[in-house]
Amino acid sequence: MAALKRFLRTLFLRWEAVLELAFGQQNNPVVNLGALGWYFFWIAAGTGIYLYIFFDTGITNAYASVEYMTHDQWYAAGVMRSLHRYSSDALVVVVFLHILREFSLDRLRGRRFFAWITGVPTLWLIYICGISGYWLIWDKLAQYIAIATTEWLDTLPFFGEPIANNFLNSTTLGNRFFTLMVFIHIFAPLFLLFLMWLHIQRHARGRVNPPRSLAVGTAITLLALSLVYPAVSQGPADLDTVPATLQLDWFYLLAYPLLDVVPGGKLWLILVGGTLFLALLPWVPPLKPTPVAVVSLDNCNGCGRCVEDCPFSAITMEPRSDGLAFDTQAVVLADNCMSCGICAGACPTSTPFRRARELIPGIELPDHSIAGLREKTVAAAARLNGARRVVVYACEKAGAEVLGGPDAQVITMPCVAMLPPAFIDFALSRRLADGVMLAGCAEGDCYFRLGDEWTRQRLAGQRDPYLRSRVPRERLVTSWLPAVSTRRRQHALSQFIDALRALPTADNERTR
Amino acid sequence: MNSLTRGLLQLPAYAVFAISVGYLSFWPRYQYAAPDRAVVKVSVSHATKHIKPCVLLTPQQIAELPPNMRRKESCERKRLPLTMEVEIDGDIMLRVQAEPSGLWGDGPASVYQRFEVEPGIHLVTTRLRDTDRADGWDYSRTDEHMLHQGRYFTVTFKAETGGLVYR
Ligand code: HEM
Ligand code: SF4
Ligand code: SF4
Repeated sequence: MAALKRFLRTLFLRWEAVLELAFGQQNNPVVNLGALGWYFFWIAAGTGIYLYIFFDTGITNAYASVEYMTHDQWYAAGVMRSLHRYSSDALVVVVFLHILREFSLDRLRGRRFFAWITGVPTLWLIYICGISGYWLIWDKLAQYIAIATTEWLDTLPFFGEPIANNFLNSTTLGNRFFTLMVFIHIFAPLFLLFLMWLHIQRHARGRVNPPRSLAVGTAITLLALSLVYPAVSQGPADLDTVPATLQLDWFYLLAYPLLDVVPGGKLWLILVGGTLFLALLPWVPPLKPTPVAVVSLDNCNGCGRCVEDCPFSAITMEPRSDGLAFDTQAVVLADNCMSCGICAGACPTSTPFRRARELIPGIELPDHSIAGLREKTVAAAARLNGARRVVVYACEKAGAEVLGGPDAQVITMPCVAMLPPAFIDFALSRRLADGVMLAGCAEGDCYFRLGDEWTRQRLAGQRDPYLRSRVPRERLVTSWLPAVSTRRRQHALSQFIDALRALPTADNERTR
Repeated sequence: MNSLTRGLLQLPAYAVFAISVGYLSFWPRYQYAAPDRAVVKVSVSHATKHIKPCVLLTPQQIAELPPNMRRKESCERKRLPLTMEVEIDGDIMLRVQAEPSGLWGDGPASVYQRFEVEPGIHLVTTRLRDTDRADGWDYSRTDEHMLHQGRYFTVTFKAETGGLVYR
């Protein structure tokens, strides 16, 4: 499993690197797959509402009403129809890529199972939406779908009489099933939306909107496709004739041709088994639980910054329990905490300049303490002996260890946003280093979701805690790159060291 | 890189996306059935006779039953299997025995099958057995029919209206 993940991760990172050339990192479609899923859902929902205005929900006139939209009103309802279809197809594409990518990045194991588990049923819902939609056109494809679906359902031991009898010949056709499909096609998307909402409940500020340029670009693309190659029906359904040759939408109907070779009952088993297998993946193999963040009440002043910054909604502010004169205190919801440490980076008490006997911030990870971070900084500085000395604070996932050497010492942590900005000030003002580099995952692609964004905002003075303005910005550099880009990372470091050469050295005077 | 070059570089990416979505939404074509053949669909759902005939209870037997379970006759719930065959121009195309549905085997037995034949005029014979007779059939029908290319020919059954129906 680990090897498969590594292989997929490499593929995705390479693909991401190629697309980065054209899109830049923020707008990279590869890092926005989940958000694109939401976006395509909304396009399908919006166009669907428009189509419903002109759609006749009775089986005798449904086909004609779709023909009217497609041909007589091609410029409006026709375009809407094509957009409806292609955005639904695009949804399938991005969702499958999204699954593979989240899997490859291992964002599913341990306490992170929630998004994965709630994602799995969305797949069934997406297919129910798509298949019921094709049914409503009541063309030859719909006829085939009706026959094949009911024959397939008949392989389950639920029905006394085959439900496929509804579609035996033109004398058996009734409105009943069709009405059911209209109903399903309206309510399944609503339920899907509910699941999508549930899916990101453990994400603070879930990224449900793609960046503007990507939204515009994909919308224009789908619109162009709709105009150049509009979706059309395949002739009216006639239960007395055989729908022999069909143009399937392979994104939604891939399973149907399999019924020619796999017995229906077995195909159900495969699909249900596959779903269960997918649902179990967060525990294959189980992740060793990591210690969750702990609050030190003596040091918590109830400012709420940690709540603002936690990417997994794992902290709440509760009424004070220790009698101190603050209104609230931070409380960690252990089940939601992913041990990223970002809260420690946000806490105003996490400053290495603190004179308190022991450096204990209001909140931190027990196995990555802020006091330990200060010790590591001092120790790393002592090991540096190049002409220009750089302390690199890096995310464990960023693969920055390769930078270590006489000129640079690397200190890793779960996420680089665990670093309180005061540490940069500390390292430079105490002349522990000539320069500081922050190395993390690629922009917009933080393993812990928001680490890069918070770091950037803190450095820019847009988010508490700020990096103090006295810190010489020319001695600070950030490097947001995927772990595979080791050469680019090394190049960034040597460029930084070259730039530092132009500046006077911090004269190695080490205070404290 | 300036935004114009970026935009130009995005064009092929969007094009690949549009072409793959547009293509797989319609192509490749799928051949569900041979277009130059006729398709026979056989669908019969029928409640066969009970395994044992119901017996009338004597007044004494009725009196022995608990008051809420008293009834005129005693029936075994289970039904017989349904046996049927379809012959076209003397060739057996289908011969099946279907078990009654339901947890206690008391529901109707169903046969649902389809097969392709050459179009043209054919002699279609269907036979059906819903009792425990050792040989012979309870229902049968033989008719000459034109089976058209690309069309369904259906064989169904309705006991109330006289049995096997061809269409
Ligand atoms: C309608 C379909 C889906 C949509 C629209 C969707 C959308 C999203 C969005 C917006 C995020 C949050 C990204 C962020 O804010 O960082 C996300 C995360 C995630 N999704 Fe989905 N998703 C869908 C289906 C699935 C499915 C089917 C699976 C897997 C079976 C899945 C697995 C995940 C995982 C593992 C994460 C990351 C969780 C984490 O970072 O802890 N998603 N998805
Ligand atoms: S360690 Fe990360 S997930 Fe846990 S409470 Fe802190 S910020 Fe939230
Ligand atoms: S950031 Fe620190 S001080 Fe502020 S509420 Fe959270 S733990 Fe308390």
